[in-house]
Amino acid sequence: MADPMKIRATMQGDKAQVRVLMSHEMETGQRKDAAGNVVPAHFIQSVSATHNGKKVLDAEWGPAVSKNPYLQFQFAGAKPGDKVQITWTDNKGETRTDDAIIR
Amino acid sequence: MRAVSATRRRLLKTSGAAAVVGVLVKAGLLSPRIAEAWNKEAFSARSVEDVVKAFGGSTATRTTEVSWGSTPEIAENGAVVPVNVTSRIASTESIAILIEKNPNALAARFNFPDGTDPAVSTRVKIAESSPVHAIIKTADGKYFVASREIKVTLGGCGG
Repeated sequence: MADPMKIRATMQGDKAQVRVLMSHEMETGQRKDAAGNVVPAHFIQSVSATHNGKKVLDAEWGPAVSKNPYLQFQFAGAKPGDKVQITWTDNKGETRTDDAIIR
Repeated sequence: MRAVSATRRRLLKTSGAAAVVGVLVKAGLLSPRIAEAWNKEAFSARSVEDVVKAFGGSTATRTTEVSWGSTPEIAENGAVVPVNVTSRIASTESIAILIEKNPNALAARFNFPDGTDPAVSTRVKIAESSPVHAIIKTADGKYFVASREIKVTLGGCGG
């Protein structure tokens, strides 16, 4: 089970700004280990974010996104106390969902 | 309801899985959202033209209506390069980031529903100094591209 995401959701004026730090190897499949074997690709392929159940972002990623991915975006129509939920799914079908309250 | 089930059963018996999914999507029996898989064609593409084609577009018009924010011109560590893109083009629906010289050139595509700013910050791997392109799609199906060069002092893709 992957480590939890760190999510900070704060009001910046009338918009909610969301900053996420995910925990994931984002292995490209290009790297070789010490023994010379190719380390297989293992990376987040899709990300989605919802606000009170309504989608506010979705993304498709490739392995060129850095290890332990960082993501920041902002949207209108939110207020403190609302919930933001982020889900990622990787190329092995592993998935993780975390949420945060907007401060 | 019975007619629908009979069609589905006949299709599933006579066709391969991929063909069935396609037919079911066209027949309106299966939501395209469920059928959407990771866009392998786009993530294998190496040029702006090929990425836009893989997205279903034809050409991308060059634009300067994009802010690169805190994106550096010289990255010290190619494994972790901050990229911050904001589109100033009206009705922007998505922004894709393409790192031309990478073995994995298309890094990400972000889709913005109404109410979300067409702007994103993330961090990407850049293997060697490269043109980096922001490919923007607007609600009317048009594509635009803005580019800048990012130099890398320590390459970011592997071993």
